[in-house]
Amino acid sequence: MAREILKRIGTAALTVFAVATLTFFLTRAVPGNPFLSEKNPPQAVLDALNEKYGLDQPLYVQYVKYLGNLLRGDLGVSVKLQKDYPVARIIGEMFPVSAAIGFFALLWAVLLGVPLGCLAAYRRGRGTDSALQVVCTLGVSLPSFVVASLLLFAFCGGIAGWKLFPTLFQAGDWRSYVLPCFSLGFYPMCYIARQSRASMLDALGQDYIKTARAKGLRTGRILFKHALRNALLPVLTYLGPQVAFTLCGGFVVETVFTIPGLGRYFVQSISSRDYPVILGTTLFLASFLVGMNLLVDLLYQAVDPRIRLGREAA
Amino acid sequence: MRLQQTPAPPPEGRPLLEVRDLRVSFFTPAGEVRAVRGITYQVDYGEVVGIVGESGSGKSVEAYAIMGLLQPPGRVVGGAVTFEGEDVLAFSPRALTTFRGGRAAMIFQNPMTSLNPVYSVGEQLMEALRAHQKAASRREAAQRAAGMLERVGIHNPERRMRQYPHELSGGMRQRVMIAMGLICHPKLLIADEPTTALDVTIQAQILELMKDLQRQTGMGILFITHNLGVVAELCHKVCVMYAGKLVEQGAVDDIFYRPGHPYTEGLLRSMPRLDDQERRRLIPIQGTPVDLLDPPAGCPFAPRCPHAMEVCLGRMPPYVELGPGHRSACWLRVREGLSTSPAGGEEASHG
Ligand SMILES: Nc1ncnc2c1ncn2[C@@H]1O[C@H](COP(=O)(O)OP(=O)(O)O)[C@@H](O)[C@H]1O
Ligand code: SF4
Ligand SMILES: [Mg+2]
Repeated sequence: MAREILKRIGTAALTVFAVATLTFFLTRAVPGNPFLSEKNPPQAVLDALNEKYGLDQPLYVQYVKYLGNLLRGDLGVSVKLQKDYPVARIIGEMFPVSAAIGFFALLWAVLLGVPLGCLAAYRRGRGTDSALQVVCTLGVSLPSFVVASLLLFAFCGGIAGWKLFPTLFQAGDWRSYVLPCFSLGFYPMCYIARQSRASMLDALGQDYIKTARAKGLRTGRILFKHALRNALLPVLTYLGPQVAFTLCGGFVVETVFTIPGLGRYFVQSISSRDYPVILGTTLFLASFLVGMNLLVDLLYQAVDPRIRLGREAA
Repeated sequence: MRLQQTPAPPPEGRPLLEVRDLRVSFFTPAGEVRAVRGITYQVDYGEVVGIVGESGSGKSVEAYAIMGLLQPPGRVVGGAVTFEGEDVLAFSPRALTTFRGGRAAMIFQNPMTSLNPVYSVGEQLMEALRAHQKAASRREAAQRAAGMLERVGIHNPERRMRQYPHELSGGMRQRVMIAMGLICHPKLLIADEPTTALDVTIQAQILELMKDLQRQTGMGILFITHNLGVVAELCHKVCVMYAGKLVEQGAVDDIFYRPGHPYTEGLLRSMPRLDDQERRRLIPIQGTPVDLLDPPAGCPFAPRCPHAMEVCLGRMPPYVELGPGHRSACWLRVREGLSTSPAGGEEASHG
């Protein structure tokens, strides 16, 4: 078991290394340069800047240097967006903002999505089920900018008398978090509800449910003890990476609600070719993802005793 | 029969379970599938009744109806099920949960899938007890569960209780299922093909176990199987089921030595016998069962029956009493001039 975990961690490190390499060369393959902008500075200035940040050296030298720094935990400094500011500090400042919103978004998505999915499965084919199906299908097909923009319009002054929430994001003011959390969690909520409904239906059709009914258990126990635990695995599989993505911030929602989060910043860094910031945030997300997947594997075992890391029992 | 632990003495003349003209249909998009088409029999206290029939004849569906386990689109569409004088079909959902697993238990065909893979054996056993005896503490429940496992022949029960179903063999799992069924001392155990999924040696062990447990507890058993051979081992009475109807019923000896229905005869011919010295050829019954979406008006066995006559196609044969407790629904017996029972198969053809 311990050996298995070590092996997994090794694989995870390799994955992150591969991501670092790929991202490094991909960002450089894209035409453009952090210092080229509308103003087109003189060549002398460009040369000086390139030299300052080491961008004048051959690519493989830059790559080796980058990896060397990375091993020492140094993500470098921003070359454009916040000149000379360490990338690690940027992430450290922006991640908490995104993570707070992402956390509450996923929290309500799970707390509502799972029970709704169970309810729909239990009342399959009837009114409740159909209504939930409609909402959830809508939820997974509506682009998030539509949801976010509609909410912003409706509750931030677009409709007279409905201005319930501030238009501009204010860190620390709870009212600033409500709409972003709702918009960010809406898609996962609908997705989780659909997923739980499907896996719940599957579980409810199993023989052990018939056994549970034949034992004289009440409906609640059958649903939430016997069926749900088996139905949770697919939901966990979805949630693992989703936690990483959501906590790192949704670009659309952060843009619509002007939230100074990591998601929005990441996209800005790409368009301004701020190489160290792109690399740093990508690596951060990749490590987070890999970590979540490892965690999900461990949770799998807690939920289903048939699953053991490294070997799957029949 | 030796009964060590007889249940409360049966009230005069009242059977443990009485099934009267029970009908079950599935309302599918293709139409009404008449899975059970009017069956009548009873199980007395301490009696073992076998229900035998080919796969698809409605045995399981009939058992689910008795246990209140039918789910849409299946529904009881007629008849009555009476357990110790109480109308089971009229039970409220709440009353059903105390009935199931309390007074009547059921075990299923496939022990590999009938236990929940994510809970330990002990947890599932204890849960069965605590669903009915709320006052039982965890420790008491654990003790009872361990005791029950020992009674079904599982050694080292404390260790087994900590294990998960996938760590147990099929035979072991079926023993666990039996222990789970019996943990609340039910008066009736419905066993739906409990040995079908097991290999032959394990089958014999499980049958032996059920026989022993039945003697010890004095419970009634409704034993469902498609294997007539299994019935001889265990049952006092046999009901032969075909296309949702009971075509013959009687004591085990009646069925084996004086079969009164061509279908029963066919089953006997297709049954391997342990005492078979001459290595007779086994003769399978030709043809396929009838379509329950549109069952024929006459004898359902007619298309496959070597003795089928004109009358068989047009009208359902009435029950003919062939002896005490032995009756069959076949026109051959009617022709032989035996007394017919008006409340038999004839009436059942209108449903
Ligand atoms: N859920 C269902 N929907 C439609 N028809 C069903 C369903 N379950 C059972 N049936 C019908 O009932 C018949 C009897 O089934 P069953 O009782 O399982 O047979 P068996 O004697 O093998 O236990 C089947 O042939 C099938 O036509
Ligand atoms: S009634 Fe006719 S068809 Fe049916 S079993 Fe008897 S002889 Fe055969
Ligand atoms: Mg069956």
